Amino acid sequence: MEKKPIQEVTKLQELTYELTVGHAMSPKVITVSSQDTMAQFREVLRVNRISGTPVVEDGEMVGVVSIEDLIKALATGELNAIVGDKMCQHVETLYADEPLVRAVDKFARFKFGRFPVVDRDGHLVGIITQGNIMHTLLRRLEVDYREEGIHRYRASHIFEDIIADEAALVFGYRIIGRDFDRAGAASGNLKTTLSRLGFNPRIIRRVAIATYEGEINIVVYTNGGEIVAEVRPDRIHIEVLDNGPGIPDVDLAMQPGYSTAPDWVREMGFGAGMGLPNIKACSDQMKLESTVGVGTRLEITIYADETGEHGRREG
Amino acid sequence: MKLREIVAAAGLTVRTASQRLDIEVTGGYASDLLSCVLAKAQKDNLWVTLQAHPNIVAVASLLDLAGIVVTEGKELNASTVEKANEQGVCIMTTKHATFTIICELAELGIRGVD
Repeated sequence: MEKKPIQEVTKLQELTYELTVGHAMSPKVITVSSQDTMAQFREVLRVNRISGTPVVEDGEMVGVVSIEDLIKALATGELNAIVGDKMCQHVETLYADEPLVRAVDKFARFKFGRFPVVDRDGHLVGIITQGNIMHTLLRRLEVDYREEGIHRYRASHIFEDIIADEAALVFGYRIIGRDFDRAGAASGNLKTTLSRLGFNPRIIRRVAIATYEGEINIVVYTNGGEIVAEVRPDRIHIEVLDNGPGIPDVDLAMQPGYSTAPDWVREMGFGAGMGLPNIKACSDQMKLESTVGVGTRLEITIYADETGEHGRREG
Repeated sequence: MKLREIVAAAGLTVRTASQRLDIEVTGGYASDLLSCVLAKAQKDNLWVTLQAHPNIVAVASLLDLAGIVVTEGKELNASTVEKANEQGVCIMTTKHATFTIICELAELGIRGVD
């Protein structure tokens, strides 16, 4: 029970690095001119229900004026003074492409209510408040939560629970030839399964692409076949098997752009001669054996620890 | 930019999985060749294509794309719509040509990913 809040904080911190100031800021900025009077500024605050704005002169930001400046002007009876004389000229800004964590730091450090957001050329592109940050983080958590609903299955501990010197899970998928309506189902199911096992999304993407291309080859060229995935904590080995017709020249088939697909298959966007090269690009090891009249066996290995760390997600 | 904002600004017609409109779009990719899409399109990208058959759903789902924009007013067949709703893949249509809609998306700030 103790652990849960800690995990959530970590997730939030992670998000503040992942999201940028630009994601959270409000792109609609209300500004006042340095020549406006403090009385006009008061109206701007009242109408827009805000507590401060950037001050602009000839399209350039020259300062920030806040409700505190207004209170001071009220106290000294200077409501007719111009904003340019009462504003704070020293402006702390944030860049739109900075990670959101910079904004969080700045709010903690300066205790300001808002920061103008500028692009790298110094142009004002938005404004950010702590409310914006909160809202953005909550929205993002909600989206992530929905996306990761899949992990409720918590199958990701399965390898830890198995006691063996070596453990592998084997999944088999049958592919029906010429059935374009169901093409992609096997790769989709393997992808979902690997997500449930908690593999790194980058690894899953490579497995999904390689398997899909293999699956499409079976659907386009053969009467059917199967895909067998042998999943270990550190690697995924996939076999794509069919009983014919076989590839006459494997080297030629591996060349990008070479295809023997009929026109109607090409019209669907398949058969561009990119399938096998795509598989190769996604694989750490790839072996293609084919005998005309007998069938084709494609073996793909993808290691799960591409970043050097354990490829499976913690938790 | 959120998919919902893009749909409104570019005048797209949402045909499936409207629950996905709050997704933050990370970029765009356009091709009618599925292998190219598989090789290049990234998670939460918008994919612009003329293809409307059910296999586009599998591709979008495998890559976790934000959605598919089918151009030239091409009609989706019933099984494409059914599959997309089932797998939560948002398909939008436009009567515009691919180039035209990409120009509009670019103006909204959607960028290529390569």
